[in-house]
Amino acid sequence: MAAGQIIVLLAALAAVHLPLGAYLARVYTSPRHLRVERAGYRLMRVDADAEQKWTSYLFSLLGFSMASVLVLYALGRLQQHLPMSLGVSPFDPAGAWNTAVSFVTNTNWQWYSGEAAAGHLLQMVGLAVQNFVSAAVGISVAIALIRGFQRSGTDGRLGNFWSDLTRTCVRVLLPMAFIGALALLATGVIQNFDAHTAVQTLDGATQHVLGGPVASQEAIKELGTNGGGFFNANSAHPFENPSPVSNLIEIFLILVIPFTLPRTFGIMVGDRRQGWAIVSVMGTLWISAVMLLTWAEMSGPGLAAQAAGGALEGKELRFGTAGSALFAAATTGTSTGAVNAMHDSLTAPGGGVAIFGMLLGEVAPGGVGTGLYGLLMLAIVAVFVAGLMVGRTPEYLGKKIGRQEMTLVALYILTMPLLVLVGTAIAVATPAGQAGIQEMGPHGLSEVLYAFASASNNNGSAFAGLTVATPFYNTLLGVAMLAGRFIPIALVLALAGRFASQRTTPATVGTLPTHQPLFVGLVAAVTVVVVGLTFIPVLSLGPIVESLS
Amino acid sequence: MSAPTLTSVAAAPQPPTPPAHPPRTGSALSWAQVRGALPGALRKLDPREMIASPVLFVVEVGAVLTTGLAITDPSLFATLITVWLWATVVFATLAESIAESRGKAQASSLRATQRQTTAHKVVASGSTMTTKAGYTTMATEEVPSASLAVGDVVLVGAGETIPGDGDVVEGAASVDESAITGESAPVIRESGGDRSSVTGGTVVLSDTIAVRITAPAGSTFVDRMIALVEGSERQRTPNEIALNILLTSLTIIFLLAVVTLQPFAIYSGSPQSLLVLVALLVCLIPTTIGALLSAIGIAGMDRLVQRGVLAMSGRAVEAAGDVDTLLLDKTGTITYGNRRATDLLVAPGSTAAELAQAARLASLADETPEGRSVVALVEERFSSTDAPDATDADVAGAELVAFSAHTRMSGIDLPGADGLHIRKGATSAVARWVRSTGGTVPDEVDTLVDGVSVTGGTPLVVAEQRGTAPARVLGVIHLKDVVKEGLRERFDELRAMGIRTVMVTGDNAITARAIAAEAGVDDVLAEATPEDKLALIRREQAGGRLVAMAGDGTNDAPALAQADVGVAMNTGTSVAKEAGNMVDLDSDPTKLIEIVRIGKQLLITRGALTTFSIANDIAKYFAILPAMFMVVFPQLEVLNIMRLSSPESAILSAVIFNALIIVALIPLSLRGVTYRPVAASALLRRNLLVYGLGGLVAPFIGIKLIDLLTSLLPGIG
Repeated sequence: MAAGQIIVLLAALAAVHLPLGAYLARVYTSPRHLRVERAGYRLMRVDADAEQKWTSYLFSLLGFSMASVLVLYALGRLQQHLPMSLGVSPFDPAGAWNTAVSFVTNTNWQWYSGEAAAGHLLQMVGLAVQNFVSAAVGISVAIALIRGFQRSGTDGRLGNFWSDLTRTCVRVLLPMAFIGALALLATGVIQNFDAHTAVQTLDGATQHVLGGPVASQEAIKELGTNGGGFFNANSAHPFENPSPVSNLIEIFLILVIPFTLPRTFGIMVGDRRQGWAIVSVMGTLWISAVMLLTWAEMSGPGLAAQAAGGALEGKELRFGTAGSALFAAATTGTSTGAVNAMHDSLTAPGGGVAIFGMLLGEVAPGGVGTGLYGLLMLAIVAVFVAGLMVGRTPEYLGKKIGRQEMTLVALYILTMPLLVLVGTAIAVATPAGQAGIQEMGPHGLSEVLYAFASASNNNGSAFAGLTVATPFYNTLLGVAMLAGRFIPIALVLALAGRFASQRTTPATVGTLPTHQPLFVGLVAAVTVVVVGLTFIPVLSLGPIVESLS
Repeated sequence: MSAPTLTSVAAAPQPPTPPAHPPRTGSALSWAQVRGALPGALRKLDPREMIASPVLFVVEVGAVLTTGLAITDPSLFATLITVWLWATVVFATLAESIAESRGKAQASSLRATQRQTTAHKVVASGSTMTTKAGYTTMATEEVPSASLAVGDVVLVGAGETIPGDGDVVEGAASVDESAITGESAPVIRESGGDRSSVTGGTVVLSDTIAVRITAPAGSTFVDRMIALVEGSERQRTPNEIALNILLTSLTIIFLLAVVTLQPFAIYSGSPQSLLVLVALLVCLIPTTIGALLSAIGIAGMDRLVQRGVLAMSGRAVEAAGDVDTLLLDKTGTITYGNRRATDLLVAPGSTAAELAQAARLASLADETPEGRSVVALVEERFSSTDAPDATDADVAGAELVAFSAHTRMSGIDLPGADGLHIRKGATSAVARWVRSTGGTVPDEVDTLVDGVSVTGGTPLVVAEQRGTAPARVLGVIHLKDVVKEGLRERFDELRAMGIRTVMVTGDNAITARAIAAEAGVDDVLAEATPEDKLALIRREQAGGRLVAMAGDGTNDAPALAQADVGVAMNTGTSVAKEAGNMVDLDSDPTKLIEIVRIGKQLLITRGALTTFSIANDIAKYFAILPAMFMVVFPQLEVLNIMRLSSPESAILSAVIFNALIIVALIPLSLRGVTYRPVAASALLRRNLLVYGLGGLVAPFIGIKLIDLLTSLLPGIG
């Protein structure tokens, strides 16, 4: 069962790898615009053919995202006045800020319970739209970085943000989400605009069951590695994820774009082997996480777990231990954050693997776009150290990693640990932070660490134990999400700009080969070691101590 | 105020100057060397200097903190930690200081050449300075050498020290340059041509030369050499700066990890002492590479100096490691410069005697080995019986046409009614000349030329023009090139490193290819003018490739300046030396290969020690983390896989290991890691195995061994 679904999943991912990768490459290199895209450009009053330097690319991106934050904030604060509000009350300022930032940064951290606090209009006009565009922003940045590698000796132009954003939505996310939604509908995911339906429960009580446009939301929630559920129970809810088949489809949707973008990268930089190397690093790390998580959950400690054949607390029986472990590895390895089981109830080592998956910086395989650019940044660190060991100044894909390039990469590598460690430290050291912890002791530290790892890496999943619906957590986690998204994006675009203006050095036998298994192992090792060394102290007081208990 | 002559000037006392680049003495550290470097190491503890290396600065701040703790709350543990933290800092500065001390000895021997000397400055008005009249006949005055300005002309006689850098503008002399080059055989310096530059501090052995000063006192070649070997002008190289940025960011990450550990520890009910946190931090930040980084850079420059190469910037040494294309002049580098005439091939419509006579006439005034070999061949072939009747007297009053890189031919114009003009040179150049006079070149000549070329010889076409009649081709001189032994292997090595070799020659394409095939170079630039060479370099660079070349002539200066690594020969002109970013004191163009190796070795050493340093951290975590939290979480004992005897001993052992590993690696950082010219993938595999895996394993063993000792201390074990 456990092995069977992984094989089906990998076969499906392998089947779409080449055609989808090639399709994506065409999307971002084709000079032609679709009619609907032209209409969009006219509406936005932008010249989609104007190549932008990294600065204007970045300012377009930031302007778009900040406007989105404002719109979402307003929708959250005013939602009781909107149609189809289902009688919900408005968000408080901290909550509205948190939700606005959360969805614009592709985090989809939900401090509120979806069905109880968000009306249909906020869900569809606000959150669902962001599910598309925030994913498109991430992919656009990855494409801009690829163009940086691709171009040689230009003045640092990286393409056009508006065109990349629009094409990603129109040509990639919408059609794929449509197909995904149909597949999910077929497995029994609901799709309607019903308000609460009163049903009679078995013991005679009346229960109000909420319906809604779930299948359409669900598809983009997974495809865009968003993770914000229509229901509070997220993908553990039977309306969102009714069966092992829908479970597998959702996992596939989560992984498909992150695992395919390396192919697009390989095609666009003109050396497919480079794409294979990157996808191999992602695959190695992710498969390791799946195996560790499955092992941890299957051999859960305690009599009850052993009798049941695995740790079943907090899991849905219809998915089983393996189906839950696979989902957990997929959702934390990408920056999705959807859950089909309560991560708070994962075994201690299982929870540790989930946290570690996020702390890797979401690169195995990471969020849409973010996974690719995050891993390329780590590849540059690996190239820097290893490149010296072949007796040349470091270069990656013919681009020299000099002082300025290294500064940008160093700042990138610094950002996430800074947010996670300082955020967690503030939370455990202040009464306001401690107030949210359900269970003091090592597990409480894991809960807080999980929250900040999730927010700073724009994952969005939560260890349910932590009470985060407080102004303290809403504000602090909001800052972590915002900084964790846009500081790295700014650095990546700056680096892309430098690369585009650099001349490309042709490869010789003296050049460090970056497509061989040795390099794949090296990048994976650098990723794990850098993250490990940074977080081992805090992990040893949380999940590691728990695991050894 | 008299011109110096051979007899009037007493021989200047010659100081016993040891060679500037002594034979490789190996890198073994002697105690004397360490003792000598210690004061310098202690001076470097100044925090204002230390801040340049953030890793070491953090260690120093940590040491100051623990010193305070050891005083306010004395214990053996605190004292030992403090002592070893200070030791870590001192070991780091010691490494740099030792690297610098090796250069200091060379600098002092160079300083000996800089004694104040008396110069015989030519006193003349501006107009007479430019006349062709001999300087040796002009009046001079004695001035101190330090007062010489650029443009001054001085006379230097036998036994005198040349007062400053300059070009010989008149005369020729044999010069002892051992003070600079370490080479005891004297060299000839003469006016004009590419052997005209002289270096201040060298000694004229015979004859008198007039030298025009080209560098003001204080910025001469020797001054620059001293600054270089002393490291006083050392600036961080681009890659060193980039690596420093990576190390700094790692330091900040670990600083974050350790600073935030305290709130987590308090939350977990196990607050840590500042002493332990500082110890953890110092063990985690990359102190090993941080400590050795500048020593590696200085030692790399030093290795070049030991081989007689002066790099004017560290940037050039790094660029040497990156070189993709190597331009090598054929003559002197690939072949033994002296080509010999071995045959005379007669063109149709001409006779052997005619050709022989023309060849001899054109070569009589040609003092190059090639020219002399033509005369010798003619005299050998046409011995007394039917010797051409021309004598040296025939060329009296003739006008010589000197060879130039542009015209690529030389010749002679005889006066007289029939006005005989003879030209010999490259086929295309002579053919152009013949056609310009209205003459034609028979197809047979091409056959002759190709016949010579395919065998690797150099064809020299001889043509003559009588009066204003069209010129005609008389025949071809076959000059033979001798390729140096052992080059093929070196080019194979270069190919394995991914470096393409391009042979540059004035020969025609066929000749050039034959020699290229014999020597094993990858490509040739035939019939090259200096502009072609410059264009080739620009082309390579436009393709993103880095180019290295060696050169000595003034012609080479633009190309030397354009190349990423331009090695000027010390025998070359001062213009060439100014243009290049390295000078080879031994004037051996094949040294380029050595320079590339040293550049690569420098980069590999940096990468290897960085990898080693980071890999070390894993073991240190296994030592320190269980020690810190075992009290509150006994289950962490499982992580104490080294079975260290006590928390104090574990932490102390990690700190001691961290300090001692710096000392252990100083010799390696000075010597550089072993470099073999193999493909990058093989090199990476080997170095990852040695320094990555080695760096992972070594500290487990080292810390355990130190723990066995420290556990014997009362109150620690």
